[in-house]
Amino acid sequence: MTSRGTPPTVEVDQLVKRYPKSEVNAVDGLSFTVEPGEIFGLFGPNGAGKSTTIGILTTRIRATSGRAVIGGVDVLRDPVGARAQLAVVPQHNNLDRSLTPRQNLLYHAAYHGVGRRERESRADDLLERFGLADRADKRIEAYSGGMAQRLMIARALIHEPAVLFLDEPTNGLDPQTRLLIWNRIHQMRDRGVSIVLTTHQMNDAAGLVDRVGVVDHGRLLTLDTPTNLVRSLAGRSILDLTVALGPQGDVDALLTALREVSGVRKAEQLAAPALPAARRPGGFGANGRAMGPGRGGPPGPGGGRGLPPGLGAGRLAALGLGAAVGTLPSARARAGTRIRLHLATDPAALLGPILTLLSDRSANLTDVRVSEPSLEDVFIELTGRGLR
Amino acid sequence: MTVVDATAAPARTTVARPRPSTATVFLAVLRRDLLVTGKELWVILVQVGLTPLFMLFVFDTILGAQGVVGRSFADLFLPGIIALAAFTTALQSVALPLVKEFGFTMEIEDRLMAPIPTGLVAVGKLVIATIRGLLAAVLIYPLGALVVGSAPWRPEGLPQALLVVLLGAWIGGGLGITLATILPIQRINITLSLVVTPIIWTGCIHYPWPRLSTIPWYQIVTLFNPMTYVSEGVRGALLPTVPHISPWACLAVLTAVAAITTATAVRGFTRRAIQ
Ligand SMILES: Nc1ncnc2c1ncn2[C@@H]1O[C@H](COP(=O)(O)OP(=O)(O)OP(=O)(O)O)[C@@H](O)[C@H]1O
Ligand SMILES: [Mg+2]
Repeated sequence: MTSRGTPPTVEVDQLVKRYPKSEVNAVDGLSFTVEPGEIFGLFGPNGAGKSTTIGILTTRIRATSGRAVIGGVDVLRDPVGARAQLAVVPQHNNLDRSLTPRQNLLYHAAYHGVGRRERESRADDLLERFGLADRADKRIEAYSGGMAQRLMIARALIHEPAVLFLDEPTNGLDPQTRLLIWNRIHQMRDRGVSIVLTTHQMNDAAGLVDRVGVVDHGRLLTLDTPTNLVRSLAGRSILDLTVALGPQGDVDALLTALREVSGVRKAEQLAAPALPAARRPGGFGANGRAMGPGRGGPPGPGGGRGLPPGLGAGRLAALGLGAAVGTLPSARARAGTRIRLHLATDPAALLGPILTLLSDRSANLTDVRVSEPSLEDVFIELTGRGLR
Repeated sequence: MTVVDATAAPARTTVARPRPSTATVFLAVLRRDLLVTGKELWVILVQVGLTPLFMLFVFDTILGAQGVVGRSFADLFLPGIIALAAFTTALQSVALPLVKEFGFTMEIEDRLMAPIPTGLVAVGKLVIATIRGLLAAVLIYPLGALVVGSAPWRPEGLPQALLVVLLGAWIGGGLGITLATILPIQRINITLSLVVTPIIWTGCIHYPWPRLSTIPWYQIVTLFNPMTYVSEGVRGALLPTVPHISPWACLAVLTAVAAITTATAVRGFTRRAIQ
């Protein structure tokens, strides 16, 4: 995607933001560039400084120091010129509630100097493409979260910006809407628009973004393509076990024992087993792995890893890639303790020793699943487990 | 939307895009507020019309009939009511929506992202507030006359009255924006009342300023209230025979105050808009 010879459309250099009355920098020396027609993912835990960065680049927040150039215009020196280059879809709904959805598009276009006939035809077209044509003249208050989000993205596109900023564009949306939105973002990229997006649905976004910058505490931890980032964890996979402990079962003792097994890098208990993964905080390995690198939809031939046959202590179900975690009947999940093992070797080779260890402790394995590291695992590896 | 050839597209983005003219963008922002004003016209009418009309009704029709106030009181009072309507409409119709737009719905953000200086968005708000204030004054004049049954009428005084009312509305709008953007939003209602109520009641709406000479300390206090000059300016224009502050003094003070509130409004607004 990166086209040689053309200057980047977004240049961020040593950007720093310290909010008044704050002890620390919300953004702390951030530097990156985005090429024309590139999708750049800015990933980071809550409070990492993503929205602040977008705020600075879109002229709403004044940087403490550093430099940012959007579409050839210095954001700090010429904010008005910069605004003509960009569009932003913020994290919160900021639609104009005094106007109808269609008027939201029309007025936004007018604010950016798009002529009347042009903006009317673009509005019709966008309403159609975002599936809002039949609701274009309703009240905004009657819009659901997903409709509002689609309208905000349509609004951002109507003046045809050179750079598009999306702050968590698919947050809280159903899979259909998410797919529609990722699809539209893709189309924008193909039109040469540079896109900077933040999201917590990393595995969704992994197939879409060209490069990823992971930030934490306002600093860039790493910057690379999703493929390279995942490759950095090569050979490592994750084994999720659901275990029914014996009468005197002690999870901590079990975890300690599991850590002793050679090839296990880390063993940890997963919280809140009864909740579908997507609703757990952090949602490990939950959302739409189908779009992650090397994950192709439902488990098919070559998708699942062969397990040694006859290991059936309990139900060895749902093995394989792309299987959604939330498919367990929740009653069974509730019955077990969920343990995640981070492996340094092939999981198939470890199942034997692990099963022996479990049956020695009269713990019953009720569910096993194997997964390849995903972008989200890379993320956890880099930023740790702690809540912000 | 036409599909653009992906290979040709990147070249487009290397040069900064032309920005639309400031006037075009400013007018679009203004048009949005005008549209909303049009939609809310009846709200504004009720908001502004009711209190002054009831005041007129009580002070003139009721108290007048009882002989508590003289017949000529309504003539003194109506110019004050016109001034009050202009000032408070402009203030209220910009302050509360602005608090909402900045604090809760964030709907101002789309206009803040328009390619014009942020200060001009504030000026746009000020223009709309002034228009609303003027509208209120123009409506309250005949309505008041209907309630009272008569009204001072002096065509040659109208230009001065209009100018004073315009400045009064502008000041009300400026003050409204300033307060809405600098006061803490959690307590906006109470703080707004704390500022606005004294302005209304010490603004010489009910009485000509020169007659306050019997209470010298109060006469001095009222001089610090811009509302005084709006009331006096309108009264002087419609009732030149009643003693009043010189129109030139009124216009001079009001122009100065308008300039100051414009500056504070733009400053407060910009500070709020850009963190
Ligand atoms: N207006 C503000 N005043 C003071 N501090 C702020 C302000 N906005 C954000 N912060 C702080 O700056 C840091 C970065 O916040 P920011 O909103 O940029 O994070 P984020 O990466 O977007 O997080 P999330 O994923 O939760 O949206 C946080 O520590 C936050 O508390
Ligand atoms: Mg954020």
